[in-house]
Amino acid sequence: MDFDYAALGLKAGIEIHQQLDTAEKLFCHCPTVLRDVEEHTGEFFRYLRATVSEMGEIDRAAREEMMVMRPFSYYAYDTTCLVENDEEPPAPLNPEALALSLTIAKMMGMTPVEQVHVMRKLVIDGSNTSGFQRTGLVALNGSLPTGERIESICLEEEAAQRIEGDSFSLDRLGIPLAEITTAPDMHTPEAVHDVAAYIGMLLRSTMKVKRGIGTIRQDVNISIREGSRVELKGVQELRLIEEVVRREVQRQVSLVAIRDELLARGASVDEESHDVTALFKDTGSSILKRAKVIRAVCLRGFNGLVGCEIQPGRRLGSEMSDYAKKCGVGGLFHTDELPAYGVTEDEVASLKEAVGAGPNDCVILVADTKKRVTCAIEQIKRRAEMAREGVPEETRKMLEEGSSAYMRPLPGAARMYPETDVLPVVVTDAYYDALLLPELLTEKADRYVRDMGLDASLARQMVYSRLCGLFEEAVSRGVKSSLAAHTILGTLKELSRDGADVSAVPGEALTDLLVRVETGTVAKEAIPPVIRALSEGVDIDAAISTVAPSVSREEVRATICAAIADREAFVREQGMRAVGPLMGVVMKELRGRADGKVISELLKEEVGKVV
Amino acid sequence: MMESGTQVVCRYAGTDLAGTYITDRDGMAVIKLISGYNIGVDPTCLTVVAPAEITEGVGMVVEQDTTLPQLSIISTGGTIASRVDYRTGAVTSQFTADDIMRAIPGLADIAQFRSEVLATILSENMTPAIWQTLATSICNEIKNGAEGVMVTHGTDTLAYSAAAVSFMLDTPVPVVFVGSQRSADRPSSDNVMNGLASAAAATSDLGEVTVVMHSSTNDDTCAIHRGTRVRKMHTSRRDAFQSIGMAPVGSVAYPSLDVTLSKDAVRRRPDTEPVLSARLEEKVGLVTFYPGMNPDVIHAFDGYRGLVVSGTGLGHTSVPVIEALRSLTDAGTVVVMTSQCLNGRVCDRVYDTGRDLLAAGVVEGEDMLPEVAYVKLMWVLGQTTDTEEAARLMATPLRGEFGRCSYNGF
Repeated sequence: MDFDYAALGLKAGIEIHQQLDTAEKLFCHCPTVLRDVEEHTGEFFRYLRATVSEMGEIDRAAREEMMVMRPFSYYAYDTTCLVENDEEPPAPLNPEALALSLTIAKMMGMTPVEQVHVMRKLVIDGSNTSGFQRTGLVALNGSLPTGERIESICLEEEAAQRIEGDSFSLDRLGIPLAEITTAPDMHTPEAVHDVAAYIGMLLRSTMKVKRGIGTIRQDVNISIREGSRVELKGVQELRLIEEVVRREVQRQVSLVAIRDELLARGASVDEESHDVTALFKDTGSSILKRAKVIRAVCLRGFNGLVGCEIQPGRRLGSEMSDYAKKCGVGGLFHTDELPAYGVTEDEVASLKEAVGAGPNDCVILVADTKKRVTCAIEQIKRRAEMAREGVPEETRKMLEEGSSAYMRPLPGAARMYPETDVLPVVVTDAYYDALLLPELLTEKADRYVRDMGLDASLARQMVYSRLCGLFEEAVSRGVKSSLAAHTILGTLKELSRDGADVSAVPGEALTDLLVRVETGTVAKEAIPPVIRALSEGVDIDAAISTVAPSVSREEVRATICAAIADREAFVREQGMRAVGPLMGVVMKELRGRADGKVISELLKEEVGKVV
Repeated sequence: MMESGTQVVCRYAGTDLAGTYITDRDGMAVIKLISGYNIGVDPTCLTVVAPAEITEGVGMVVEQDTTLPQLSIISTGGTIASRVDYRTGAVTSQFTADDIMRAIPGLADIAQFRSEVLATILSENMTPAIWQTLATSICNEIKNGAEGVMVTHGTDTLAYSAAAVSFMLDTPVPVVFVGSQRSADRPSSDNVMNGLASAAAATSDLGEVTVVMHSSTNDDTCAIHRGTRVRKMHTSRRDAFQSIGMAPVGSVAYPSLDVTLSKDAVRRRPDTEPVLSARLEEKVGLVTFYPGMNPDVIHAFDGYRGLVVSGTGLGHTSVPVIEALRSLTDAGTVVVMTSQCLNGRVCDRVYDTGRDLLAAGVVEGEDMLPEVAYVKLMWVLGQTTDTEEAARLMATPLRGEFGRCSYNGF
């Protein structure tokens, strides 16, 4: 489905969170490496509590959190320390991470903050052992070449990785993250994609950002004129971002249409709800039969709209269900989808009668313990009231394929207070001016085409490769760009596909090999077997002498002469045409130990002598 | 200087940033932006928009359940409770019982509380004079019906204070020192668990001065340490406090708050009045011996009435230092030897050096912690002017500060 986005007044902005590939974490000296959970060397557990607010009151939500008393457990490693354990004050702000985030800022023409203050942002979902995330605003107000404004860059610490339930892994906690926030300047799904892609390219250009799934995450803020601002969390794949925007627009457009219809019908939400447990005492629905309490609420004028699809796989009923689930219930039933799930037509009829529902009304059912059901019915009524107003402001989480589910209300004024254990850092003009800007990957690809004669698609692949530095090194040592590019992008991939651990090949050995091939001491055909040997830990000289001992010109000549002698009649008959077929024979004999060019040259010579 | 909380606009990076002025720092003005972030800017870029709003710290009234045991909380300055001002981000330490009960809501289910703010100091600034005031206050609270007393204290010198009160006050009810290692303004602070566990210990069957703090990095158990056997053994971990030379006298499980006491724990003695002997001799020193120590360091204590030496190994110093110590004892200073090993008993009868120290009049401090011996010597010399009697008291366990037999760990 596509829309006239300009007419709808689509406004979108993105927040990009990129892990930085620094040697150490943001507030301690541990390495920024991710570990297998099985490698953990220790485990401990803690509780977190909301701290007292400025008025000295404990707010209701915080009190509830404290009553739940969930213990969070944490896995520690031999690559994590007491800072991750929240058992030691943080180290000073990592200067490498600050320089990198400011370099990114400079690439977008931003103004650095003169004195960076590290803040604590309260997060009590367990993902931070301290109960807050440390974050500092480092630069403001920049823009992209296409005109979109960049509002800010913050340098913050990555949260611990949730393993399952309330268990977290501490290896990720404290890895530096650059958080880049754009203004709501995008007006089409394509623009959102393009800006995200451009910023991704810009970040990669620093050659100092982490790569791989989960190392970059996009949050998207979307609204249409008649809708509301909705924040979609955690889009990990760029290819989905347009679909996410399209589907959110679809959802907001649908919710606006539902609102108009509800208003036209004079729809309302019953204040009262009804205990209908008795109605279902002999029901065939296992869920209803199991429940201690079943309550129903009538939504006047909602008939047909609760079951109305607002996004692929999502209905207004799904939204109500998300709200209800906050109370711990599994979900809800609504009469737009009944009879079904073991609920009979008769039961629906008696349900409607019990709550006084007419043909234009929809009845919602919740079944669980009394406490949960009471809570859930209130949430459903609240969400139904919102439907009469249109699109609620929400934070939503992305589902597979680009639809989304309700997560929590938009954060209000952020609850931030100073991280008193970290001293502010002054960013002087001299420091900022001295930061070197990296070559953009797009520019680098152009340079590869222009100066090295690579074709455009190979150049693009090359600049995005982790081994781009190796490529430049090889070329600077006289290796032809096409040989280097094909080896790095082709041969390595093929070998990897065949099971070789090419990541174990030392870069220096690889460039060395390419230089030897270029200068003719190793045959080009020997590249794959030598790399395979290198990947098994063999050093380069041993690899070459065992896999492809170089063969002298005289040995090549002797092999050629023997081959000609075996086929003398054929050679005499075919004349110079025999060179082609003989080439294959000799190559096979020498198994890549001699350069094809040399063989061809000597073969012509020797065949010439015979004919 | 501008008032904290003043609404300002800051011309920065080509735009006007609205924010709240917080403070000056290293020549920059710190402002809190609408987003909640603080940044430091050149003060000249600020324009005042509106004066600071006056916010009153409206205290929620804490309901006390009069059917619960009566406890007293005496604050000396440890930040077991603090409050964050979300307008400016400022963190303020809280000391009154109401503040503490608001910060640790579970307390109201354990007991009813009276409170006294005795001091608001960093614990490194603690003095013997404050120990005396503290011991007197605790004694008065007990006389006034407190069934247990909690003392909130900064952790740096918490163990010294606990030891000092142990000697000064013979208490029939629990006196529980408690602090927190991770600041109270963080959701992960150990203040809540330590606070609740100390309240549980204060209502328990204990009858001595103790320290209640985390027993491990987990939020599952607090240890109850004897006040004369506990030491801060880590700069920052939650389980920094460890009993040395004996196992903890009890534990408090969390979140159940079930208290378990060992057979060694001194029990509550109902209908017994507390006995206060608060006099301390302040001319007492504590010195750590180290290789190469110049005897002049010892002579700096000339004229002192007591000196505790933290010696090496079994309780040794170099020959020149022995001579310096002899001149001190000749002049009437009581010199007590302890060990920087912390674990184990002093024995100056094994090597010549030790025998020479004994001959020089040095008293063996058994397996007392150096800091505890220091506090005890102040107290002993506050009770008697007779050096022989002082030496005898130092060699006698008075508050479980050492055992007749050394702890074998099993």
